[in-house]
Amino acid sequence: MLSRTADHLYWMSRYIERAESLARLVDAHYRMSLLPHSGDTLAESLQATMTALHITEAYGAKHAALEPRAVFEFVSLDRDYSGSILSCLRAARENARAVRGSLTSELWVTLNSTWLDARVLAVRRSPNVDIGQFVEWVKERSHLTRGVTIGTMLRDEAFHFTRIGTFLERADSTARILTAHQTDLEPGADAGAVPDPYQWSVLLRALSAFEVYRRVYRDVITPFKVAQLLILRDDMPRSLLRCCKEVYSNLKSVANEHSAETERRAGEMHALLHFTRMEEITAQGVPQFLESFLARLRDLGDRVAHDFLVPPAEA
Amino acid sequence: MATTAYDEMYLAKNGGARTQYRRYSEWLAVQPADRLAQKRAEADALFHRVGITFAVYGQEEGAERLIPFDIVPRVLPLEEWIRLEAGLKQRVSALNAFIHDIYHDQQILKAGVIPAEQVLCNSQYRPEMQGIDVQGGIYAHIAGIDIVRDDAGEFRVLEDNLRVPSGVSYMLENRKMMMRLFPELFSEHRIAPVDHYPDVLLDNLRSVAPTGVADPTVVLLTAGAHNSAYFEHAFLAQQMGIELVEGQDLFVRDEAVFMRTTQGPQRVDVIYRRIDDDFLDPLVFRPDSMLGIPGLLTAYRAGRVTIANAIGTGVADDKSIYPYVPEMIRFYLGQAPIIANVHTWMLRRPDDLAYVLAHLPELVVKEVHGAGGYGMLIGPAASTAEIERFRRQIIATPERYIAQPTLALSTCPTFAEAGLAPRHIDLRPFVLSGRGRDVTIVPGGLTRVALTEGSLVVNSSQGGGTKDTWVLEN
Repeated sequence: MLSRTADHLYWMSRYIERAESLARLVDAHYRMSLLPHSGDTLAESLQATMTALHITEAYGAKHAALEPRAVFEFVSLDRDYSGSILSCLRAARENARAVRGSLTSELWVTLNSTWLDARVLAVRRSPNVDIGQFVEWVKERSHLTRGVTIGTMLRDEAFHFTRIGTFLERADSTARILTAHQTDLEPGADAGAVPDPYQWSVLLRALSAFEVYRRVYRDVITPFKVAQLLILRDDMPRSLLRCCKEVYSNLKSVANEHSAETERRAGEMHALLHFTRMEEITAQGVPQFLESFLARLRDLGDRVAHDFLVPPAEA
Repeated sequence: MATTAYDEMYLAKNGGARTQYRRYSEWLAVQPADRLAQKRAEADALFHRVGITFAVYGQEEGAERLIPFDIVPRVLPLEEWIRLEAGLKQRVSALNAFIHDIYHDQQILKAGVIPAEQVLCNSQYRPEMQGIDVQGGIYAHIAGIDIVRDDAGEFRVLEDNLRVPSGVSYMLENRKMMMRLFPELFSEHRIAPVDHYPDVLLDNLRSVAPTGVADPTVVLLTAGAHNSAYFEHAFLAQQMGIELVEGQDLFVRDEAVFMRTTQGPQRVDVIYRRIDDDFLDPLVFRPDSMLGIPGLLTAYRAGRVTIANAIGTGVADDKSIYPYVPEMIRFYLGQAPIIANVHTWMLRRPDDLAYVLAHLPELVVKEVHGAGGYGMLIGPAASTAEIERFRRQIIATPERYIAQPTLALSTCPTFAEAGLAPRHIDLRPFVLSGRGRDVTIVPGGLTRVALTEGSLVVNSSQGGGTKDTWVLEN
């Protein structure tokens, strides 16, 4: 397929995934904000998350203080902030529109309707905006989009580049969200102390892993197991391992004359996660591990753009 | 004017519905108003959701608008269509012969049928095309011929469109919409299908690939998502199963055209271009064009790529050449034209100029190089000031204008604010030509409707709407 088409599909998917990821984040923090006595933990978590996702500066340009309600609205609906959920939905739709011939009509209609409805919802002003309802709706639309993608798209290059975009973005968001909580994931960080239920529920809900955790571990929440679940478990759809596996597998399907090295690096990332034990990661240090992981991910994204898509310099 | 216009659906005053509309009008008479209103709203919502929009120039929000769709179809009886079809095939064959001639031996100019300078000095005439032999001798692979019906009920050609005629996607989508909204009408009527258009077009495009190419690669070249007709470009590319490319996706190497793909460069044999000549090759035409492919003309001249419609067809759909088309039919085919032109005064001729200046309030005056309904004077609808302004323009450069009588275009019942009312319509059938194939016309075409009462301007870029067109098979 055209490099430019693949580029649009890739970015369409990244923006959709980004919107979903943000919706889960807002949802998790919003629910926490409804609980009594959650104030401090909430503020801390918001701050850390905003830093990890580079939201702080943009938010600070418009708001003097970190106020949860204002943060939720900003991240969800701010028209001027390019990283808001609204902006991501628009970008996803615009990328889709550029290549709608490569999408099934059902997928196009889904993305277009999502955008048209989001635009209507966004016109409402606080306090008429029900943030909880909005992010719930975004999550539902994400499920629908994913269902339509997997259900209707031919397993061709268009599909593979869509998946590469999805999983690179998912790995990136997951790693960043973990970064926001990285000090709590360090062993000994809460040695002996009772884990803060709010803290973990935010992290796990943001990664749709709360119920999954219970099923897998049936145990008190410990940082070690949370990290293990989200980094190394193959059966966890949002784990870093799972994302790397998907990226590698889809890259293999679109291999061209020049992509061997990129494929190798993706395979290497997957293999390392596949064979690493959690003890090794904690020995290295969770923050160090995440930093190195994000760097390799960034490198992989650049290489994919160069090998197949429209490289940033030429775009 | 509206009172003398031919009504497509109803016979003259107090008459019932015309034969082809009989069943439909019976159906319409028993439809509850709210059902129709609900169906109209449904069509609106569906068109929006699917994104069938068109960019309208001059509107504030710029981006996208629906082209209004009216649910009352325009119905043509079979015998009228058969005659129209024969006339269209004849006309397009003559036009293709004309274009071939003026880029080769120029017999028609030597015979004095058309003043040579009107062709050779025409801004749309491309000297670069002289001597180039195009595949099958076909220049206008897709022709959109605008047809109107006058107050006597006669079809006439209003205008030829041989460059990048558009609107076929709306023809196809309107049919799908009607079938979805009113399936019962399709079981009651035998309506000639239109959905084979993309297949015929693709087959034709492949037929004009450079000789010797076993499995030709056809692409559709668009200016991009911000172009007003982008929906159609994307739609057609998808229906035909071909790549939708922009200039930046293509490059020329060794006189051949390639596209940039995820698997490396891939050869391109036929380019269905929806970009004007001027923007196609910055090395030959407009150097500031970002939409074209540098070196494209080299590949074209070498015969290594086919461009549809060919470069240089604009001279034949020019309003100053339009009056000569009946002569072309006689000259190249030795036949009398089956469909007549609209009577046209060429203001470059002193007698015509004098007549027109004396009758401005009655006439329609058009710029020879205008398009889309802009730059036009409609005498009966114009204010004295507008008429005077136009008079000055005409006197300054008379060769830039032609004039025609104000036709009472036929009307068709259309949903207006207060309910069903007659509105002026035209018809654009799409005539397809390929090598070694008969000229094909999908039955019907796009019916465009002027939505404002009494207005004759049907162009979508100025707020006109469309209807489904039915050719009844029984």
